[in-house]
Amino acid sequence: MLSTLDFSVIPLSLPFIWTGLLYSLKLTLTAMTGGIILGTLLALARLSGGVALATASTLYINTLRSIPLLMVILWFFFLIPIFTGAPMGAEKSAMITFTLFEAAFYAEIMRAGIQSVSKGQINAGYAIGMSYWQTMGHIILPQAFRNMLPVLLTQTIILFQDTSLVYAIGAKDLLKAAEITGKNYNRPVEMYLFSSLLYFAICFSLSMFVKHLNKRIAIIR
Amino acid sequence: MNYHWNWGIFFQQVSSSDETYIDWMITGLGWTVAVAMSAWVMAFIIGSIMGTLRTVRSKPLAMIGTIWVEFFRNVPILVQLFLWFFVVPELLPHNLSLWVKQDMPAKEFITATLALGLFTSARVAEQVRAGIQSLSRGQRYAGLALGFTEAQTYRYVILPMAFRFIIPPLTSEFMNAFKNSAVAFAIGVMDLTFMSRQMVEESGQVIESLLAATLLYVVCAFAANRVMSVIEKRSHVPGFILAK
Repeated sequence: MLSTLDFSVIPLSLPFIWTGLLYSLKLTLTAMTGGIILGTLLALARLSGGVALATASTLYINTLRSIPLLMVILWFFFLIPIFTGAPMGAEKSAMITFTLFEAAFYAEIMRAGIQSVSKGQINAGYAIGMSYWQTMGHIILPQAFRNMLPVLLTQTIILFQDTSLVYAIGAKDLLKAAEITGKNYNRPVEMYLFSSLLYFAICFSLSMFVKHLNKRIAIIR
Repeated sequence: MNYHWNWGIFFQQVSSSDETYIDWMITGLGWTVAVAMSAWVMAFIIGSIMGTLRTVRSKPLAMIGTIWVEFFRNVPILVQLFLWFFVVPELLPHNLSLWVKQDMPAKEFITATLALGLFTSARVAEQVRAGIQSLSRGQRYAGLALGFTEAQTYRYVILPMAFRFIIPPLTSEFMNAFKNSAVAFAIGVMDLTFMSRQMVEESGQVIESLLAATLLYVVCAFAANRVMSVIEKRSHVPGFILAK
């Protein structure tokens, strides 16, 4: 019952929750940065690579998009020791998994972004003597990023929510930290409520920011 | 790489039981399909209601829809699952709480379905809202001009078109329901993820176990995709563009 809840556990748990939250944020930022870079390369390969490169990139994107993230996390966690002979920590393994997995999703967003820039701009780039990479780097990609910024951020919100899935391999993220402190202080209900409140606060304010951004971009166009 | 392949493992008996590993995978597939399908039905019904509410004229009703969507969309599915499984039973009145904790049949399955269903309902609601808002305003006025009430306008004019327009994004959400159902393992539903983890522990055949579960997930998502594509073709309105 509500009357038996004791929220005095929350201040006590804060230092530990903070390390968990910090890991969740670090995982999100790493996977976002790595995922966007790798995703952009995948999108470029899909759009302008040769047949072999485009097929490989499409295959990579479609495969990862049709498998549950949880399975991908398990694959990596169990496979790395087979290949390297030594187990990798859950935290490190999750970083690599999330970067590779999210790249597939960022790639599709970047593809849409690149395709939203008119073709004439590529030709214009070539016409003034730029190479392929110069055209992409100076003309197409900056616009693609700008057009897709809200969508990239929305994907990052989803990514932040998905980081809670590292629970499956025991990495100490926000959710796991809440679970551990809940067990230690014998107050699991309060800790689960507190952690969901934190997730909600972060995701909600980020999504409000995206909404605001969307409006700003809409005005400029 | 030093890995001992053994594809015959699926036909071997699990020690300490008379089942084979292939039976385990079938059990897992059964629970995954059960959770995903029941959650989808729930999400579709609730999501349609909430999405529609967000577009009606009444401010309080629209507010309910907005709060619903924002709440269920901004908390990770795994956290929501734990809320339903560990937190909600504690907040119920004493007798009900005891019943849920001790006697409720298929507790894990029901909790997982509820959590996934509500989580997905917020996403469905967003698609429904987008579908309704993509219709030209004239359609609503036409309905009202014909003397329909607001409810009738929705029933006979707006929703039939809106639902047809949003079949493609609903298809992705249906496929996502299968993928997201994987979290159910965390509260002990014996779904594909649970069974493949179990098989890794029991048999040590990591690649075979995970590959079987992964392929079955892909098959599920593909089947969901085909079903929706049949519905899309069947419900097609002549004169509108049909995606290939």
